[in-house]
This record gives sequence, structure tokens and C-alpha cells, in this order.
Amino acid sequence: MEKTWNNKAWFMVLPVLLLVAFSAVIPLMTVVNYSVQDTFGNNEFFWAGTEWFEEVLSSSRFHDALLRTIAFSAIILAIEIPLGILIALTMPRKGWGVPVCLVLMSLPLLIPWNVVGTIWQLFGRTDIGLLGRMLTGLGIDYNYGRNPFDAWATIIVMDVWHWTSLVVLLCYAGLVSIPEAYYQAAKIDGASRWSVFRFIELPKMNRVLQIAILLRFMDSFMIYTEPFVVTGGGPGSATTFLSIDLVKTAVGQFDLGPAAAMSIIYFMIILLLSWVFFTVTTQAGEDRS
Amino acid sequence: MSRITLDHIAHSYLPSPKTEADFALKEVHQVWEDGSAYALLGPSGCGKTTLLNIISGLITPSHGRVVFGERDVTLLPTEARNIAQVFQFPVIYDTMTVAENLAFPLKNRKVPQAEIDRRVAETIEMLGLGPMARRKARGLTADQKQKISLGRGLVRSDVNAILFDEPLTVIDPHMKWQLRSQLKQLHRRYGFTMVYVTHDQTEALTFADKVVVMYAGEVVQVGTPAELFERPKHTFVGYFIGSPGMNVLPAEVAGDRAVVGGHAVALGQHYRPQPGRTEIGVRPEFVRLDDGAGSLPISVRSVEDIGRYRILRGAIGPHELNAVLPEGRAIPASPRVVFDPARVNVYRDAHLVEAEA
Repeated sequence: MEKTWNNKAWFMVLPVLLLVAFSAVIPLMTVVNYSVQDTFGNNEFFWAGTEWFEEVLSSSRFHDALLRTIAFSAIILAIEIPLGILIALTMPRKGWGVPVCLVLMSLPLLIPWNVVGTIWQLFGRTDIGLLGRMLTGLGIDYNYGRNPFDAWATIIVMDVWHWTSLVVLLCYAGLVSIPEAYYQAAKIDGASRWSVFRFIELPKMNRVLQIAILLRFMDSFMIYTEPFVVTGGGPGSATTFLSIDLVKTAVGQFDLGPAAAMSIIYFMIILLLSWVFFTVTTQAGEDRS
Repeated sequence: MSRITLDHIAHSYLPSPKTEADFALKEVHQVWEDGSAYALLGPSGCGKTTLLNIISGLITPSHGRVVFGERDVTLLPTEARNIAQVFQFPVIYDTMTVAENLAFPLKNRKVPQAEIDRRVAETIEMLGLGPMARRKARGLTADQKQKISLGRGLVRSDVNAILFDEPLTVIDPHMKWQLRSQLKQLHRRYGFTMVYVTHDQTEALTFADKVVVMYAGEVVQVGTPAELFERPKHTFVGYFIGSPGMNVLPAEVAGDRAVVGGHAVALGQHYRPQPGRTEIGVRPEFVRLDDGAGSLPISVRSVEDIGRYRILRGAIGPHELNAVLPEGRAIPASPRVVFDPARVNVYRDAHLVEAEA
């Protein structure tokens, strides 16, 4: 067939280009615009240069929020990835149990973030919540509104409840794609259960695990809605993560300049970490082949 | 290494099989000699993989016993049976090097390190994997991976038999031939018992000392390649082995003559008159063009010239008849053929009938 050479294809991508421009590029540029100027209302802007960036980067409030966010992501990954693998390994591979497990696993993923937050906010209340009443009844001094440790524990357990399923489903997809012959060969080779996991299941789950880690990292790093609903960032600022801090600065205090600078820094951190992650995993992949 | 006895084995995938048809594998009673190469040959779904899995212990048969040497292994799990298996798709441990892959079954069996090193080196040498011993196994080609699968069996000293489940399916054609002859060499040199499942007759015939032909869950014939070619015990064997397969023509048999569509055909031996459905079978290789006495008229459908010889596809009346003819001689417009009398077999209800002494 004769190949046609012209530039008409560009028109095909134009709609997407416009969409991306209006939904992402222009808002982002607005943020950049805010980050280098100061405003006192009335649509008057004054050049501020890097002032806001310097302010944000040197503020201990930002440092604390960043540390909290990193700690939160680290804890979430450390719990959800191994737990997700473990659950995926124990899920049935055939029979009536498969659809039952899959539906049960998908349920938390289908609940909107703010609803999850509300559920756990009620669940943990010491006066009417099942969890809160129970813990108090057991003689444990639990109060997520007053005790920072309890607040963290509640948010972490909530996130594990909400998102481990995603890791489970991804790992399960990786596991069921392993041909039966691998397990038979391992049996013949006299491999232990651990060896089967270490040398067959884990390598075959490698790809989906990379995706699971990346997704869970990005999501947990940007977490906002659930802790906002449950603790509102408190007690004090114990659960004020970067995103909550950002919204407080931008919408609560209406400090548009620092907020814009902060969101750019926040964006850069995520971009940098994702890039590092991507490079590391793809290079590791190349080494192996 | 040891002899494998299949003592009245039968298997059904249904929990309570009632009729004959419920069995994926109908009764098999065989003794497979130590150190021989057996090929299980048959079309898809004939029960050959079921039989292989019974030997390897992945399936426990509904009836009968599996005995290795003197030891009843029917209820033993795969790992306790001392067998090795090479699967259709190469199974390798991706993250390990070639040498580590080979060492794996020994490590799991707590063999001393010095012994592992010695045996791995030996196996690598045997399979010609030397140049890639330190490389990760995942980057290798399919045939090299299949060699590693085989090597994990060869490396063990306790192996009773090595089972192959259509191991050349994913190998490139030119490598197939090479790998097959290498396998045969290894078998000759080391004398392990080999059971090889395939649906490719060339593979089975070039490879095995004894070919076990299966059809619809039954073993229809066990024999050397020559026996299968010359005296197929079942019309299916005649049809399945050979290219093109044996000609099977309905005939009335009496004495040393058979009557096919009104024409008499000479038989090499004397047969009693047979009740039931009788047929004669003759391989296309033993059909000659000849318009002398006792010849049969055939109609020609097509002639395929494949270089070394020609295949004439024709018919006697409504029945298909193929002939393998030498190059060079013209085929007349209305050819007649004769069969080599010594090569004509008689079948009753699809089973071979022996001649009277």
C-alpha cells in the first residue's frame, strides 16, 4: 500500500492537546505565576522573585510536614506491599472462592475517599464508634482526637484497609499468570515453599509489584482527603501532611504566593522521586535480561 | 534408574466413573524397561499427558498401581518419586544463572557443596552450556532454556526416569532437529529411562526404542518404529503413522484373497473367513503402478511431486487410495495399481488379524 505523507495527523492530537492545556498546563502556569509574585487583592501583583520559595524551604513547618509525609509513605509501603503479597498468595486460584475473594477485595477500592474517612472517623469515636468503644472497653486509652500516636495509627490502619486490596489484586494478577508447569517443576526439584516464592513467584510478580509500589507511593505521598476528614490534620499538627498543609496555606490563610511556591516544590519532589524510581526499576530490569 | 511397571492403570477425571467413556485413560498394563526410550504418541486428547502425569505423580490413577523397580509409588508425591520432567514450555528460574539453575535441585536435597559443584560442572559439559554457565538464565534462547530444564534432571544421581512432555513445541525448526539428536546421544551415553510425549510421529519414530501409540484413551500398540510401520495392530496406527498414512479399504477376506470393490487382491498369507467388518491395509509405499493381471483400476485426484518421490492421491470406487511413486515414470490417464502381497495386512473391526499358520 502507498503510504501517505502529510501533517494531517497533528489535527488528530489537537483535541487532546487543548484538553491537556486547559486542564493541566494553564493551571500549572497560573501557579508558577502566583509563586513569583505577591498580591494584596484587587488583582494587583508585585514581583517577589524567589522570596516565597526561600520562605517555604526554610520554614520548619514545611520541613515537619515533609518529614511526616515521607514517614507516612514509608510506613504505608512497608505494611501494604508485604501484606498485599501475603494475601494474594493465600487467595484461591480456582473454584468458587475466586470471585468471592475478588469482589471482597474490590469493595474498599470502590468507596470514595471522603466516605472512607467518614467511616473511620465514626468507627474510631470513643462515644459511638465500634472500634473506639471497644478499645476503651478493653481499657486502652484510645483517642485519635487527642493522642498523636492514636491519630497516626488510625490513619495508617484506615489506609491499609482502603488500599491493600490494590496491591493484592495486582499481585494476584501476576500470580495467576504463572503456568502450572513452574510449580510442577519446583516440586520435582524438591523446592521448599519459600524457594517457590523466592525463585518463581517473586520474580514473576516483579513487574506488577513495581507498579503497585509506584502507585501506592504516589497515592500515599499525596494523601489528603481521609486524614483531613478523620483528624483534620490534628491533634495539633501531628497528622498535617504536605497536602493538608498546602490547602491550609492556600485556602485557610489565603497565602497564595507561599502556597504556589509550596505546590511547585511538592510537585518537583514527586516528579523527582518518581523519576528515580522509574530509572532504578527499568535499569534493574535491563541488567537482568 | 529402574523399570517402570504400570499395573492395570486407568484414570477418570470424574469422581465416580460409570461407563467406559468416562475414563480419560482406559486400562493400561505395561512394563517399561530400564534404560529404554519410550515415546507416547497420539493425537491431542488421547490420554498421553494423563499417562505421563500418572507416572510423574501429578495425578493419582483411579485404578491400578505404578511401580518403580520393586517399589510401589502409586501414592507417593512427585518429589518423592525421583523422576525429572521437561515441560512443553521451558521452565527456568529467571533470577538464577545457568549454573545456579542446575545446582537448585541438588541444593534442595542438601547435597554437599563439593558434590554439587562437581555434578553441575559435569552436566554443563554434557549439555554444551559451558560458555553461558555464569549468565542469567532468562536471557537465553528457548532451546538453551529447554536444555537447562533437562539439565536439572540430569544433574541428579537419583533419577529413575526423565519424562518429556512435548519438549520441542516452542523450539525453532532447525534447532529442533539438533536438540533431538543431542538428546538421543545423551540417552545412548547415559542410559536413563526416557518417556517422551509427542504428537509428532517423526519425533517419536526417530527418537524412541519403543513407541506407545495411544488413541481415545487406549494404548493401541507398543512397538518398535519398524513394527509400527510394517504391522500396525490397529487401523488407527496405520493411518496415524506414515505420511501419507496406510490405505484402509473395506474388503471381503477368504483364504489368500481379498475382494475389494469387485476386484480380487492377492494376500501374502492364508486367512480364515472373518466375521464382522473386514478391511485390508496397505501402505502407500507398497502400491505400484501396474496394469498386468490382478491389478485394480483407480481414479486420480491429484499428484504431489515432493522432489524425491511423488504422492498420488486417488480412489478405488468411493475409497481413498494413496500411492508413493518413484520420480520419472509418467502416470497414465487411467492407471491401474497392484499391492505388494506380503505387505497387505488384514483387519477385523479395526484390529489386525493374524494369518493362519
